[in-house]
Amino acid sequence: MTQTALCRHCQEPVTAASPAGPDFCCSGCAGAYELLGELGLSSYYKRRAIDPKIRALRPDEEPVGSLDFTELTSTDNEGTHHLNLMVDGIHCAACVWLIETLLQRNEAVIKARVNMTTRRLRLSWQGDKSDIGAIVAPVLQMGYRLIPFDPAALEQATVSRNKELLRCLAVAGFAAGNVMLLSVSVWAGYFQGMGGATRDLFHWLSALIALPAAAYAGMPFYRSAIGAIRNRRVNMDVPISLGVILALGMSLAQTIRSEPHAYFDSAITLLFFLLIGRYLDGRARGQARSAAEHLLSLNARSITVIDDDGTRRLIAPHKAEPGMVVLAAAGERIGIDGEVIDGQSDIDTSVITGESIPVLTRPGKTVFAGTTNISAPLRIRVTATGGNTLLSEIVRLMENAEQGRAKYVAIADRVAKSYAPVVHFLSLATFAGWWLIGGLPWQDALMNAIAVLIITCPCALALAVPVVQVIATGRLLRAGILVKSATALERLTKITGIIFDKTGTLTTGKPELVSQTDPDALELAAQIAANSNHPLSRALVRAAGNVTPCPNVTEQPGLGLTAQGPSGPVLLGSRTFCNIAENADLPSDIAGPELWLAEPGKSPARFVFRDTPRNDADSVIETLRARGFDMTLLSGDRSTTVRQLAETLGLRDWHARMSPTDKAAFVQARADHGKHDLMVGDGINDAPALACAHASMSPATAAEISQNAADIVFQGDRLGAVIEAIDVARKADRLVRQNFALSFAYNLITIPLAVSGFVTPLIAAIAMSSSSLIVIANALRLHAKSSKPDDHGFKVHPQTSQQAGA
Amino acid sequence: MSNLLLLIPIALFLGLLGLGAFLWSLRSGQFDDMEGAANRILFDDDDEALAHKSKKLKKNDS
Repeated sequence: MTQTALCRHCQEPVTAASPAGPDFCCSGCAGAYELLGELGLSSYYKRRAIDPKIRALRPDEEPVGSLDFTELTSTDNEGTHHLNLMVDGIHCAACVWLIETLLQRNEAVIKARVNMTTRRLRLSWQGDKSDIGAIVAPVLQMGYRLIPFDPAALEQATVSRNKELLRCLAVAGFAAGNVMLLSVSVWAGYFQGMGGATRDLFHWLSALIALPAAAYAGMPFYRSAIGAIRNRRVNMDVPISLGVILALGMSLAQTIRSEPHAYFDSAITLLFFLLIGRYLDGRARGQARSAAEHLLSLNARSITVIDDDGTRRLIAPHKAEPGMVVLAAAGERIGIDGEVIDGQSDIDTSVITGESIPVLTRPGKTVFAGTTNISAPLRIRVTATGGNTLLSEIVRLMENAEQGRAKYVAIADRVAKSYAPVVHFLSLATFAGWWLIGGLPWQDALMNAIAVLIITCPCALALAVPVVQVIATGRLLRAGILVKSATALERLTKITGIIFDKTGTLTTGKPELVSQTDPDALELAAQIAANSNHPLSRALVRAAGNVTPCPNVTEQPGLGLTAQGPSGPVLLGSRTFCNIAENADLPSDIAGPELWLAEPGKSPARFVFRDTPRNDADSVIETLRARGFDMTLLSGDRSTTVRQLAETLGLRDWHARMSPTDKAAFVQARADHGKHDLMVGDGINDAPALACAHASMSPATAAEISQNAADIVFQGDRLGAVIEAIDVARKADRLVRQNFALSFAYNLITIPLAVSGFVTPLIAAIAMSSSSLIVIANALRLHAKSSKPDDHGFKVHPQTSQQAGA
Repeated sequence: MSNLLLLIPIALFLGLLGLGAFLWSLRSGQFDDMEGAANRILFDDDDEALAHKSKKLKKNDS
């Protein structure tokens, strides 16, 4: 809608104040463009595809050259240095190509390889360790940010666990294929009259393949089963391990005695199927988690410390000590709690207080970690670190709250708990029945009992949940909804109430102009405002649309802007800044944050702003209410603002001025009354409440700690993600229950067969594979219906869209 | 029957070969970056490299 020129390098709008205009937004971008031209790499601009979700490629004003890269550098015997770096700013494959090419142009570099999935760079070079600064300089100059990391610390348990599962899967797959080949021959031979010696040879061969393979590939199950038994619990892995081990043991005994009942194929195929389920499950969640981690790493920034002698260095926020002086650049997130000693600026505190309009800060005021410095650089003296900061206070609250959630038992384990004893009892009863009543020799009775265990081994049961969950999380992942917790979807199906935070959750967190003003005044104000980063200025520019920024504007942080007009200075800012008397009110009674425009010789114009709801907030609330959810609005903002929004959206239950503790206590109190609530919030102040709610969601724009606390993180501007997540969770729940019903139905047919001693290896193999396939096919139905997404979330109400374009 | 004694070991050997190859590729990190591998084949930096090289040569001449 705006035709403002876009920077040739970073594709961000160019303001008139730009020193490198009209093609570039800043001198950094101009330099980067020139450098690429010199190196003959300009084709990058043709190849790349900008991803709007990722930070624009604008070089940092202060080069991060002083960042200490050498600390995490390792050197091998041949004198080659290796370093792992996290790269921020990768938009597409062309970025990968550009980074690798830029680095490889340097003669010292031996290898530079970017992993596009994890956005990490592994760099190897020869020469001096400290050359690294010069080597990475061109990449930094392009606007990428490089953050050194220790791969050992980041190599999470999940990654190595998934690799182990994949190895087990490969081994089990190999063994299952070969054993099945031999078994089919044996079955065919049974009808065509295979000789006993050949059959025994095939059984021995099967044993040779299956036993070591099962010993290796079954490890994940055996470990989990032993862990569960140690804790005096029963999970799904206990009957699985027992079934597999007994089946193999009995088959071996049969083989030794040259008898026909060998179940090697059933045991190993069972492991193979189960490992597929486990691996897919782990991978889907791993993907969601790594996407969430990457979102967080974007915010993980080091802080700039100014030493007594004036030198600057970058350190990690947790290494700051009280008394240090920290520089917070404009637009940067403040990393520590401290007191401002120099500078005047606006601070966006919405993540902590929920207030959408920045507050003015000046020397002597306190600022908190997590807030964002908007308009001018600040020098801050660190007052609290570690456990004393506001942030760690909130983390403590959150951790306390999370302990309650850990008690939740997944449905699969609940089923296993009642299923396992029944199966074990049945098998025991079969043995006792055949031996004592049926009069069989104990070996044959034992064989029948073990057949019961094999046939009831919960293959389909154990696949029922993971397969559905994989498909559900995969579907949500494609819609930009990341499910982080294993039981989140199950918990989501239980909720009856939804608690929303205001700023940044129901609203966009960006103020919009709502008052009707004279178009000329608006245009002039927007021209002046185009020079500022203050959210109200940006709102003015958005409202005016296509404006050419006016030159000669100076900004007084926290107060306003002054432009040199033809007939004297034009002021844009707060009421006091523009020298307007308190009682000189204009015929506009809309409450809210405001800006005034004072032109010499003209009556002042007033602009009122409001933090507007997300585009689809209206329809989402409407849909949720129609479905009978009980909804509450909790905010740390002032009552007038909260009431205004609650009335707009038709929420009857709202609470304003809630502190983080209040919010958590409110959610806890409802939970104590047996209510299952979904908490949706984004601020640091919501984190404890997110942790103690039955289930929680957080937008991807949320504070780091809230994203950590939430079960589900959703990307994009649509609040409809809440409905989508609930829908998918319910559908998944239905499918899980159907799958359980199918498995039980299968057991109802096969258990009598097993108890009466009719199960042969062939029947066991057919029954097991077919039940697994049926369960998987049923789970795939979740996939098939995804072509018809929710038809309520996309509706944009006419009045809201008008407002956005006004 | 004697052909079985030959064929079964061959089949198992070939299977093990495949398994070994997969485990090796897993260990050497070929499954770490599926997205990058799909895109990497599209980088044709021949022309760029040539342009760069000729530039370098010219620089050396002058």
